[in-house]
Amino acid sequence: MSALVEISDLHVRFVGERTVHAINGVDLTLNAGETLGLLGESGSGKSVTLRALLRLLPKRRTVISGSIRVLDQDVLALDGEALSRFRGRTVSMIFQEPALALDPVYSIGSQIAETVMRHEGCSRAAADQRALEMLNVVRIPSAKSRLAAYPHELSGGMRQRAMIALALSCKPKILLADEPTTALDATVQIQILLLLRELQREFGMSVIFVTHDIGVAVEISDRLAVMYGGQIVEQGALRDIIRAPSHPYTRGLLGSNAHAAPKGQRLETIPGAPPVLDAVPRACPFAARCAVVEQRCNLQPPPVVEIADGRLTRCFLAAGQDASAMN
Amino acid sequence: MFAYILRRLAYAIPIVLSVALLCFLLVHMTPGDPLVAVLPADASQELAQQLRVAYGFDRPLPVQFGLWLWRVLHGDLGASIATGRPVAAEVAHAVANTVMLAFAAALIGFTLGLALGLIAGYFRGTWVDKLATSVAIAGVSVPHYWLGMVLVIIFSVELNWLPAVGAGAGGSGQWAWDWAHVRYLILPAVTTSVIPMGIITRNVRALTGDILSQDFVEALYAKGMRQSQVFRHVVKNAAPTALAVMGLQLGYMLGGSILIETVFSWPGSGLLLNSAIFQRDLPLLQGTILVLAIFFVALNLMVDVAQALIDPRIRRA
Repeated sequence: MSALVEISDLHVRFVGERTVHAINGVDLTLNAGETLGLLGESGSGKSVTLRALLRLLPKRRTVISGSIRVLDQDVLALDGEALSRFRGRTVSMIFQEPALALDPVYSIGSQIAETVMRHEGCSRAAADQRALEMLNVVRIPSAKSRLAAYPHELSGGMRQRAMIALALSCKPKILLADEPTTALDATVQIQILLLLRELQREFGMSVIFVTHDIGVAVEISDRLAVMYGGQIVEQGALRDIIRAPSHPYTRGLLGSNAHAAPKGQRLETIPGAPPVLDAVPRACPFAARCAVVEQRCNLQPPPVVEIADGRLTRCFLAAGQDASAMN
Repeated sequence: MFAYILRRLAYAIPIVLSVALLCFLLVHMTPGDPLVAVLPADASQELAQQLRVAYGFDRPLPVQFGLWLWRVLHGDLGASIATGRPVAAEVAHAVANTVMLAFAAALIGFTLGLALGLIAGYFRGTWVDKLATSVAIAGVSVPHYWLGMVLVIIFSVELNWLPAVGAGAGGSGQWAWDWAHVRYLILPAVTTSVIPMGIITRNVRALTGDILSQDFVEALYAKGMRQSQVFRHVVKNAAPTALAVMGLQLGYMLGGSILIETVFSWPGSGLLLNSAIFQRDLPLLQGTILVLAIFFVALNLMVDVAQALIDPRIRRA
């Protein structure tokens, strides 16, 4: 498998009234045809990683370093026309709140057609035809009449389907999904996840799926990357991580899952709050909340350890006593 | 959409009626006898009584209102007490002049206001924004009659480029769209445009900033839209609110500014209102206010319809 996306040593810093080191050295690859789940709590940097990939972060207030390569294109070097051609065609994105991510004063059909015309330079009629096809692909009932509908006239689930139709209308190689099911209720959530799985196979896309919901991540991902404090603390095949999480944070996350917990007992929680990222972490950012913290965790950043093929963990404990030379 | 327009029209009718009643009553509630202006100071009681009967002032108020409304519906606004000429003709004449001034001012003020507001909104926090905002604040704050006089001093007295007062040769009755006449329009129009310019700049700036921070703008960039295509979306989203503000401003300008029309001796509805008030010319005052109020309601109706055409969410309201 060749890598479609290669992110290495990505750093993102927001400057302004307050400096925030949102991403602190992320290395990530996305392979052809796979779905990568990006799991983490609010402020862990998962959405920022997605936005860096599409260069959606506000230029004036953001400092990005490192490298992002998509299909051997240097994304950080893209600009102007090349950048907007890349967006929506090579990589496209769906959002958490379809009600807010669709323009309220344009019909669904014209918003899809607009994208198609932009990237394929076809006529309005052809673009409308594609819009209709796409609404059928995402299984919106009576698609033809829904083309003229405005976002506020659709239900939440239908809106997200329309958003997916829009994102896939130019057959992108990579789909970025930013918590697309968070704003939906549970039954609709499952429908959308199943639809995404199916479309991913049908379109042969790779997907990066950001979520804070372990249940959703398990449902959709082939591979999982767990983020904390702007770093990836653990990544590997989904099954391996679920079966044997190696990073204390991942263990804590899985332990606090309400589904497996016996009734009448208090849920396990991770004590404390996420780290304040006003400086680059100079030790393990999880140390303050870690159940198995050691002295060295507070002194220097932990190494990234490959504990098995494709399984990476950023922790001293996984490195054992003498393997701290990895990073 | 058609049902929406009908509904709006239905709302407008009671508004117009109550405005008619209100301006009828308002004039009657003000102290002072309307006949004072036309009667000579030493007029006899009989003469006063005769005139009172002739004008219908001796009858009960509801009857006066009913009769007045009936005539108004037939296009008869009565005769001016001061000049004896029909009010309808006087008002039509003055309103036409004010409409001309208002549209000229709107052309200047709205264009500048929209441009400045969009630029300031797009470049929020930069020096461009600060400059545009300062211009807007200055526009809203400067007393416009004072600005009018300053402009007259500069462009009429000192530079002698533009006339200071009036509406051109042959009086206001012989307007033509040539330079000899249009040059009379420039100073009053510029002076009138300053306040709406400032208000629209500030509104559009806030609107643009608000729209640009919404998720769908990020989504538009994410699907590969060019800057100019995103701009089109921003404009269409800003349009309904901007139209409402502009409609209101145009309405105010159509009312005519007593101050500006006095400074420039512009024969518009402001000047007419002014003289009607000072001469206690009741029929003229009522007629003018009524026509202006109907203008205002009609204008807002048009704005409502335009908004609904642009934003589908409004049609349901």
